[in-house]
Amino acid sequence: MQARGKLRRSVMYAAGNNAGLVRDASIYGADSIIYDVEDSVSVYEKDSARQLVYYALKRLRRTCEVGVRINHISTPWGLDDLASLLPAKPDYIRLPKGESGEEIQQIDRIISKAEQDNGFEPGTVKIMVSIESPKGLRNAYEIATASPRMIAIALGGEDFAAAMKTEKTRGNEITGGRELFVARSLLVLAAKEAGIQAIDSVFSDMRDEETLLNEVLLVKELGFDGKSCVNPRQIDLIHRAFTPQQDDIRYAIRVLNVYEEAMQKNSGVIALDGKMIDMPMVIRAERVLALAEAAGVYVKEVGK
Amino acid sequence: MIIRFKAAQAGTLESSDVLVSIAPADEGSGIQLNLVSATKQQYARHLQKLVCGILQEAGIIDATLHINDKGAIDCVIEARVKTAILRARA
Repeated sequence: MQARGKLRRSVMYAAGNNAGLVRDASIYGADSIIYDVEDSVSVYEKDSARQLVYYALKRLRRTCEVGVRINHISTPWGLDDLASLLPAKPDYIRLPKGESGEEIQQIDRIISKAEQDNGFEPGTVKIMVSIESPKGLRNAYEIATASPRMIAIALGGEDFAAAMKTEKTRGNEITGGRELFVARSLLVLAAKEAGIQAIDSVFSDMRDEETLLNEVLLVKELGFDGKSCVNPRQIDLIHRAFTPQQDDIRYAIRVLNVYEEAMQKNSGVIALDGKMIDMPMVIRAERVLALAEAAGVYVKEVGK
Repeated sequence: MIIRFKAAQAGTLESSDVLVSIAPADEGSGIQLNLVSATKQQYARHLQKLVCGILQEAGIIDATLHINDKGAIDCVIEARVKTAILRARA
């Protein structure tokens, strides 16, 4: 499957120096997992986390997409992270606190070199970038288009709120946390303009499913493709919210049917249940079915 | 040629992990492996082969190793032994 159009409803982190988490991360059904050697690993264990993640990438059978979150390349560890982990061929590199297109291009060059040295097909290893600061947000489009390896930009909500000298709140049903509403909106605009995916921030209160659901529904409505999480218990809820329901699927099929019919009859304006069907609705219907198919809740009829 | 190294340790005693300690030994003493594991009966030989393979690849001929296994799978053991060796040589 093409990495750009891939289903990424849930992107789950696993602390890179925790043997049990690294071993089990892929069994919970997340669409994508990230072995983290950044914030979840203490500065004294960066070396051991690198080795653990390296051997996990090399030896464990991959049942889903597996990326690695490296330390930023401006820290003492970032470049060594890339040097030691790229030979294990992660599906993507997740860069924290992306702030400019230039740093993405630098990483792109390092990946290209590693692909050449290790005999990987050029372009195999993708890049996903977290936006965690006002500067990163201002340059979100530049970041999103800095390399053909870019598959998604993601919001680092806690860090972003901290950089704004405010805090992440539960917010309300309409805007979610108000402190992130503009950031989420700008981020998803940049991602969509660049033609890549937008992934929302982690919601860290495991017991509060109601706010989690509100957040997921909000970001889905804004156009996000998925949400990060740190606990496997959140995966099901996130998937349910991002997966088209049977009603949506049935309606999408009907839209496409009347559209096809209209095309055959060469008729201009068409209606379904008294509602005009135009091109954006057809495109949306196609997207719903593609998403449903990727999520395994819909099988395209043969010959259609 | 004998490559010098110092005593070092890697890993943890958390479930699914392994704590590996390595120390230099006198020339000619070979690899001394002390294993603590709940699955020693079943996996001692497998583990010994795995660990000795990594040491050999790293060019270590004489060393004392303490391995306290908490149910680590092979790739975890590989990673921890490798880290211990890198730290021993740092």
